[in-house]
Amino acid sequence: MKYIDEFQDPELARRLLDEIRATVTRPWALMEVCGGQTHTIIRHGIDQLLPPEVELIHGPGCPVCVTPLEVIDKALEIASRPGVIFCSFGDMLRVPGTGRDLFQVRGQGGDVRVVYSPLDALRIAEQNPDREVVFFGIGFETTAPPNAMTVYQARKLGIRNFSLLVSHVRVPPAIEAIMNSPDCRVQGFLAAGHVCSVMGTEEYPELAERHRVPIVVTGFEPLDILEGVRRTVLQLERGEHTVENAYPRAVLPEGNPAARAMLDDVFEVTDRAWRGIGVIPDSGWRLSERYREYDAEQRFSVEGIDTREPAECRSGEVLQGLLKPHECEAFGTTCTPRSPLGATMVSSEGACAAYYLYRRLDLGTPSPKSPSVKSTALEGSSVV
Amino acid sequence: MCLAVPGKVLDVEDRDGTRMATVDFGGVVKEVCLEYLPDLKPGEYAIVHVGFALQRLDEESARRTLELFETLGMLQEEFGDPWEAAEATGNERPAQDGLAGEVTR
Repeated sequence: MKYIDEFQDPELARRLLDEIRATVTRPWALMEVCGGQTHTIIRHGIDQLLPPEVELIHGPGCPVCVTPLEVIDKALEIASRPGVIFCSFGDMLRVPGTGRDLFQVRGQGGDVRVVYSPLDALRIAEQNPDREVVFFGIGFETTAPPNAMTVYQARKLGIRNFSLLVSHVRVPPAIEAIMNSPDCRVQGFLAAGHVCSVMGTEEYPELAERHRVPIVVTGFEPLDILEGVRRTVLQLERGEHTVENAYPRAVLPEGNPAARAMLDDVFEVTDRAWRGIGVIPDSGWRLSERYREYDAEQRFSVEGIDTREPAECRSGEVLQGLLKPHECEAFGTTCTPRSPLGATMVSSEGACAAYYLYRRLDLGTPSPKSPSVKSTALEGSSVV
Repeated sequence: MCLAVPGKVLDVEDRDGTRMATVDFGGVVKEVCLEYLPDLKPGEYAIVHVGFALQRLDEESARRTLELFETLGMLQEEFGDPWEAAEATGNERPAQDGLAGEVTR
């Protein structure tokens, strides 16, 4: 999908690209925070269509990828226990823990069930009062409110055989950590649209001001990404650093107040480890004191699991934008979707998976039969 | 999972004190919780994530996004059989250009 004609509105896409080309006078590195945006970028070859001065760095915004190995191993341990029904979103099934994944646990007799919504897990708990039902609560600010509501409902309905294995993460502290890194090259952010649908834009002005970095709230469609890039580059060229909303059809400044109120009730902010990155202060949520009885880690003794991260996996650097997936020696050789070393290769929003799935195995030696609207963008690429 | 998909509200009801709706996502119909958008009415569109309506969306934006997701196979990713998808993760062949409508994981 490297052809601009395949864009939903090719004319508008051409116009946006022309404007970006006309605006840019020097190199800029922008980070798209969300893994969904990364997939749009790679699937449509947006990074190759942009002028070579504009580099897109992939951010840590894949909830599956950043869930620490320790938490995955706890999930595998709980899911293996007799009497437990372990419920998860489908994305987590093939994420490797130490030596196995949920798919394999199910093959070994574990009762692992995939649900579309956390409320489905609560229903399973209602229908199986003699079993312990555990839901794997991962995700950013978009997923946390549904999971918070489910715990709230469990308490309201008096359902006691339900608990949440919580590993929720928050975007603003991750942006803070990226900007504080001595290796940081990021000069502007495309903020994750659906996170802002919930949280609004109020968390960002202070960040943008303190780090003098433009933050543009961006959607997920190809044209959304181009518009986000256009606005960010425009700010950078003008020496500005404000928060802009380029996704107003889905993002209000205040976000969704009901969802935010539920988050404040059910969760409390805590330090959280990010896989491959380490602990980021205040970057996650855990159940608040009022709801602590629904914490699966309290209910099941899962401490002291021996976790072993594969030494050759460099997903941490990929998640921080320090390394492009194909620059990893294991990429496409010892690390493939069939046999992934890290979650970034197997998650539907993982950067390594995007590169693997959308034919980026041959990056660095651009194929002569890969025409694009601006073929020089391939050579100069921002991607390498 | 991070994907939030626009859907059209077909009908709304209070179920055990919880505001719920049936929502049409380009042909796939799912139960959706409206507790975070309690004023949503039949005929309106919203962005839905893991069974929860999170924000209103105008009809034209919703339709365009749904069409795009359909073309790209993303609705299949969101609503297809996750066990099949997990098994298919072993497919070593990267997606071919021109097969964008197929499930690629």
